[in-house]
Amino acid sequence: MITVSGLRYRYPETARPALDGIDLSIEAGELVGVVGANGAGKSTLCYALTGYIPHFFGGTMEGEVQVGGHDVRRTPVSDLAADVGLVFHNPFNQISGARYTVLEEVAFGLENLGVEPGAMRERSMHALRATGLDGLAERSPFTLSGGEQQRLAIAAVMAMQPRVLVLDEPTSQLDPAGTRAAFEVLRGLARSRETTIVLTEHKLGWLAAFVDRLLVLHAGRLVADGLPRRVLAEAVDQPWGVGATQFTRAVQAARQRRLVAEGTILPVTLDQALEVLR
Amino acid sequence: MRLELRDVRFQYPTGVVALDGVNLTVGSGEALALVGENGAGKTTLVKLFNGLLRPTVGTVLVDGEDSRRQTVAQLARHVGFVFQNPDDQLFARSVRDEVSFGPRNLRLDEAEVRRRVEQALDDVGLSQAIGRHPYDLAVPERKLVALAAALAMHTPALVLDEPTIGQDAQGVERLGALVDRLHAEGRTLVSITHDLDFCLMHFDRVAVMAGGHILADGPAPDVLRRVDLLRQAQVEPPELVQLALGLGWDTMVRTPEAFAAQLAEVRH
Repeated sequence: MITVSGLRYRYPETARPALDGIDLSIEAGELVGVVGANGAGKSTLCYALTGYIPHFFGGTMEGEVQVGGHDVRRTPVSDLAADVGLVFHNPFNQISGARYTVLEEVAFGLENLGVEPGAMRERSMHALRATGLDGLAERSPFTLSGGEQQRLAIAAVMAMQPRVLVLDEPTSQLDPAGTRAAFEVLRGLARSRETTIVLTEHKLGWLAAFVDRLLVLHAGRLVADGLPRRVLAEAVDQPWGVGATQFTRAVQAARQRRLVAEGTILPVTLDQALEVLR
Repeated sequence: MRLELRDVRFQYPTGVVALDGVNLTVGSGEALALVGENGAGKTTLVKLFNGLLRPTVGTVLVDGEDSRRQTVAQLARHVGFVFQNPDDQLFARSVRDEVSFGPRNLRLDEAEVRRRVEQALDDVGLSQAIGRHPYDLAVPERKLVALAAALAMHTPALVLDEPTIGQDAQGVERLGALVDRLHAEGRTLVSITHDLDFCLMHFDRVAVMAGGHILADGPAPDVLRRVDLLRQAQVEPPELVQLALGLGWDTMVRTPEAFAAQLAEVRH
């Protein structure tokens, strides 16, 4: 569904490439997490997968990005939008400002796709229910809290039923209950095989519990790609700035005191930690 | 700097009651974390401490003085405030001007202003950005600029609204070290946070909020082990608490190192 080869990208008027030789292949229905320090290239990768790079940001792009059968560089963003959705880092950037209610805001993207009114309302309400916003359908988008705006941004993109959904830190403003709900919605979409999902996130515990596959970006390069546990256990000894869950840190501290076996693979979730420690 | 709410009720003009009879005293030098679901009333509560909001009913005391008798500018000398969204706060053309603004308003001499600005930017790890335009920085860095601006005021109390959001692992670690240092200096700290792992490691006291009420308030390790209560407030216990409870421990630990030490003891 997604193929990236030899992707190298520099923003206008910058010296260092933000992405520096990315090769990547993602199958339909995968739920893939992307982690890395701030500035490692996570948001840039999101823009590259959705055509904002190079179409909106300009800059210098080398290599190829294929998403849902489109060559992103040769396809206008307006054509990509039907198949590829992006949820921005700051939800406020996403709200159109052109609609009076939450429901209209969600329907806005569908109007632009030419969906007929009955289906439009049904798809919009479905997306609002999935994100727990159905009770706020008649409110103005600008009266929502940060967390609610973030859920609205997810709902608006979800309603467009893109085959590929890219989300840049979609749960940063959400409380734990909201974060869980968002991850469950995303996992459901991926499991249905109808949507391929790539998301960046700092909340490692949630990623470890929900995603199939984890990528690490470091200084614009893809330095790790695999099962969350393997990747996050490796990250502990690397200069990638990915961090670790407290489960990992606790067992690491125990390993330093020789309370667990030398070769123990570090756990990233509670269940894995309990298994190692029992 | 002691902060106090007495029987406070707050109702927004829309009719929403955000706080419904809240009593809370934050003693001088205490570090308190406020946790709870979105919409629980946490941000409303802290805005009472610097006069951005005034209680509909009840009394807010800042250092023993009724906040109604103090202007926002007067309160700003006592209580620093860092918003959740830095864009609510930043306005200057350079990071230096942004962080200098508050100290200049205190009519400090230029050498002192410069000293404070450099120290505050060093504290948040942004010394190299001093000449940049705040809006050329990424959102997580803009949050740190807003924090530096509050630090440079040297207020005896500081309120932080979700300081760790958007920060990467290194950023969270730096914030933790900063909170520890401010606490050691005797500042009064109040922070809203959803990051309960951060909360457990760096705050002595936790208040759990839901629906405009304080459900529980006490020492962090005691409050954060009350799983049912936390679930009621839509938050999850910190990972180290989950681990300790999963192992059937009665003793809660606050850091990975303390966990390993406790594990050694249990195994003996």
